[in-house]
Amino acid sequence: MSAAVAVEAKDVSKIFGAGPGEVRALDNVSVTIRQNEFFTLLGPSGCGKTTLLRLIAGFEMPTEGSILLEGEEVAHLPPFKRHVNTVFQSYALFPHMTVAQNIAFGLEMLGKPKAEVQSTVNAMLKLVRMEELNGRRTSQISGGQQQRVALARALAPRPKVLLLDEPLSALDLKLRKEMQIELKRMQLETGITFIFVTHDQEEALTMSDRIAVMSKGKILQIGSPTDIYEHPTVRFVADFIGETNFIEAEVMQRIATDGQIKLPSGVVISHPLSENVGVGAKVTLAVRPERIDLVRPGTEAHLGGTVQNIVYFGTDTTFHVALDGSGQEVTVRVQNRRGHQEVLKVGDAVGLRIAPEAMQILKD
Amino acid sequence: MADAKPAPNFAARAAAAADRRDTRGRWLLSAPALLILLFAAIGPLIIVVIYSFLKKGGYGGVEWEFSTDAWTSVVFQKDIFTDEITIADAHLLIFWRSVKLSFLTTVMALAFGFPTAYFIATRNEKSRDLWLFLITIPFWTNLLIRTFAVMEVIRNEGIVNSILLGLGLVDAPVQIMFTDFAVMMGLLYVYLPLMVLPLYASMERIDFRLVEAGYDLYATRWHVLRRVIFPLVKPGVIAGSILVFIPSLGAYVTPRVLGGGRNLMLGNLIEMQFGQGRNWPLGAALSITLMAIVMVALLFYVKNASKTGARHG
Repeated sequence: MSAAVAVEAKDVSKIFGAGPGEVRALDNVSVTIRQNEFFTLLGPSGCGKTTLLRLIAGFEMPTEGSILLEGEEVAHLPPFKRHVNTVFQSYALFPHMTVAQNIAFGLEMLGKPKAEVQSTVNAMLKLVRMEELNGRRTSQISGGQQQRVALARALAPRPKVLLLDEPLSALDLKLRKEMQIELKRMQLETGITFIFVTHDQEEALTMSDRIAVMSKGKILQIGSPTDIYEHPTVRFVADFIGETNFIEAEVMQRIATDGQIKLPSGVVISHPLSENVGVGAKVTLAVRPERIDLVRPGTEAHLGGTVQNIVYFGTDTTFHVALDGSGQEVTVRVQNRRGHQEVLKVGDAVGLRIAPEAMQILKD
Repeated sequence: MADAKPAPNFAARAAAAADRRDTRGRWLLSAPALLILLFAAIGPLIIVVIYSFLKKGGYGGVEWEFSTDAWTSVVFQKDIFTDEITIADAHLLIFWRSVKLSFLTTVMALAFGFPTAYFIATRNEKSRDLWLFLITIPFWTNLLIRTFAVMEVIRNEGIVNSILLGLGLVDAPVQIMFTDFAVMMGLLYVYLPLMVLPLYASMERIDFRLVEAGYDLYATRWHVLRRVIFPLVKPGVIAGSILVFIPSLGAYVTPRVLGGGRNLMLGNLIEMQFGQGRNWPLGAALSITLMAIVMVALLFYVKNASKTGARHG
């Protein structure tokens, strides 16, 4: 694993329009993307992820800040002077060219000799498993095949970084799953840095080495998929990725980073605290539904409640529990490893037990 | 089940009958246009062909007697005194000028129309309509009046020369009127919208993400234009070129006003035969020659265009 930097964005802002109608698509964003990394920009639509990608590609110029490609300032270079290539959401294949001509385009523009163009095109067709369709028009192939051609076309010039703008969003579920695995394979095979934009958290979790979660023009958290899922630092990240229960608690005492936190049930637990919360502060705990155990009500339980609803999903069963006192609903997911156990009924009192490391204190 | 069985059969028959009625209906709808074409285009065309093979009447008109004189005089001329037959270089010069000026007009219209159409196609939807509207404004006025207006601009005492003289850039007015250049400028002015509109129509359909894809794949502006935009708007280029070239070749008013007596084009030559020349058969033969030139030019152009298309894609 090389730690060399592929792309670095420094304090990048992008404002569209001017005056009262201006839109701040990116707000002082900084991010470092390493070489050979599968890096994903994840966020809801309008969060600025595509804008950041287009700034790296060169289709837009930043209002402020700088973008470095392998240490070189490229923020104001036109796209054709940057050694990065893009796989467009709509594929943007040239309709007046064949599959092979599409793939050859970038190489020809770089002035590669004919023999090299030919051999690279063949290698790319092989990489994306499209050898037999090289003479077809792009209008004569299916969406999934177009997707592969778009990939081959962007990979053919061996860019330093490959940018992918929601490339799988137009495919059906089965094809999308296949392509997720294919993309990961191609990234490993070619050793090219991939920057992938998506709003699909599952796609992000399954393919990425690291994920940047974005919202409203800012990057909220950068981390590995496990980091992002198991240790979200802000409420938006915890909420956007997977299902989360938010439980309000109060800091009772702290010695250095060791804190004592009072749960709504009155139970006090030990939990490490970050430096910026003092005694008496209200904090929000994020707890994943699968990290909660159902126990008998009593001393062992951290929280108590009443079963409101039981939903059977086959692989697991979800219990909706209303907490005693506040009535707040908490979701608990139990894996059916020994089949569905009909121990609990709606209306039963139940205790919830959460391992301290499964409770994540959020920043706001 | 028993009475459900013949139903699809019946439905199919009913659908087929409706289809037939529909086809008949459509024929009926196109009947007025077909009638107009028959009486106003094909009918006169046949008359023109017949006239070209008749003897000319003394005071215009024709005498109903078969003759190939008219066709001979398209290219050859007989000396009145010696009966010697020579090539009619005056006619050939006019043919050549017509083709040359029409070709130059088409090339210039493409050169000016392409960026204009690109400009309009890349505006937002609201201002596109405004620009298209502005492009069509010249069509609102009579061609003759517009041509006289052009004359006002370029004649020796006109605006251009007044400015040039006023600024001291020239000592004597520049002779623009009554030159090939004046005729070409006039034609360009008249037919430019006919180039811009079809170009715009095909450019508007371009997915501009393809342009981005071109830039992304290291194509410079010039390469994107040549390898991506141009092949995609080629249908518009062909349509626009045809729409400019054909009427330019047969232009009458513009060369008459701006070219004076000296810079005749085919249209003027034909008109002369039906007017002062009193040689209707020759006029008819020249008209058919004009049609033939147009057809040859079109065939050549379309064949050439599809060949370059095959090479690119």
